[in-house]
Amino acid sequence: MPQIQIPSPLRQYSGKQASIDVPAKTVGEALASLVSQHPDLKRHLYTGDGKLRQFVNVYVNDEDMRYLQKEATALKDGDTISIVPSIAGGCCAGRDSSVKD
Amino acid sequence: MIQLSQSAYVSLRQHGEETYPYECCGVLLGQFDDGGAEAGSEARSKTVSCIARCGNTRQDSPHNRYHIDPRDLIRIQREGRERGEDIVGFYHSHPDHPAEWSPTDLAEAHWFGCSYVITSVEKGMATITNSFELAGSDEADKKFVGEPMEVI
Repeated sequence: MPQIQIPSPLRQYSGKQASIDVPAKTVGEALASLVSQHPDLKRHLYTGDGKLRQFVNVYVNDEDMRYLQKEATALKDGDTISIVPSIAGGCCAGRDSSVKD
Repeated sequence: MIQLSQSAYVSLRQHGEETYPYECCGVLLGQFDDGGAEAGSEARSKTVSCIARCGNTRQDSPHNRYHIDPRDLIRIQREGRERGEDIVGFYHSHPDHPAEWSPTDLAEAHWFGCSYVITSVEKGMATITNSFELAGSDEADKKFVGEPMEVI
C-alpha cells in the first residue's frame, strides 16, 4: 500500500502521524483520501479553488509529480508520497521569481 | 527556544563563510522537545543535534536568494528519521547583510513551528547568528518571532 509522508509542520493536522498508509491507485486519490481522513490538512495543501498550493511539492518516491502525470500519476504498493513545503528565501531586494498562490 | 550543539552552531556559520559572497542554506535536524506546544499556538522548543548542508538551486541570484531542492529535503528527512531525528528548522546566510529575516524570507517560509536560523557573513566572516520561529496557523497570519538561542 502506498504511504504518505507528512512534514513536521502539518502533523498537528494529521493526528500527529508522520506517515499514513493510503489505499490509492493515483496521487490524486491518495491526497483526496488524506484530506478526507484529516480535513484540517486541506487548507494547508489547497487554495480556496481547490488547487494544490504552489509551494507544496508532492513527490512520488524521488520524482516530482509535476513532471510525471501530476495527480493522475499511478501508484503501486511500496510507493512513498512525500509532501514537502518549499524552503527558500533571501536577504534583500533583487531579482525574485518567488511564486505566489 | 532553540538549543544547538556546539558542532552544529559552528558548522552552519562556517558554511556561510565558505559560500560567501553567496548565500548558503541547509537543514537543522534534531528533536522538538517533549512537552512543547504544537505549532500554531505557543513557541516550540527544539534541540538541534546536527545540520545537513544543501546546495542552493538559485544560481541565478545566489548572492541574495536561496532555495533548497525538495529532493534533498526528502533524502535528509529519510536519513534523519533512520537516526531518530526530525527536521526542526533551516539555516541560511546573509552576505554583508544583517541576520534579520527579510520580506522574502517570510514570504517563502511555510514550515510552521520550525526555526529559521540566519547568519550575517560580513566580508567573509560570520558575525551574528539569530533564530526565528515561523509562528501562526496559515499563510494569512504567519510571522517570524525571534527566539532565544543557546549553544550547548
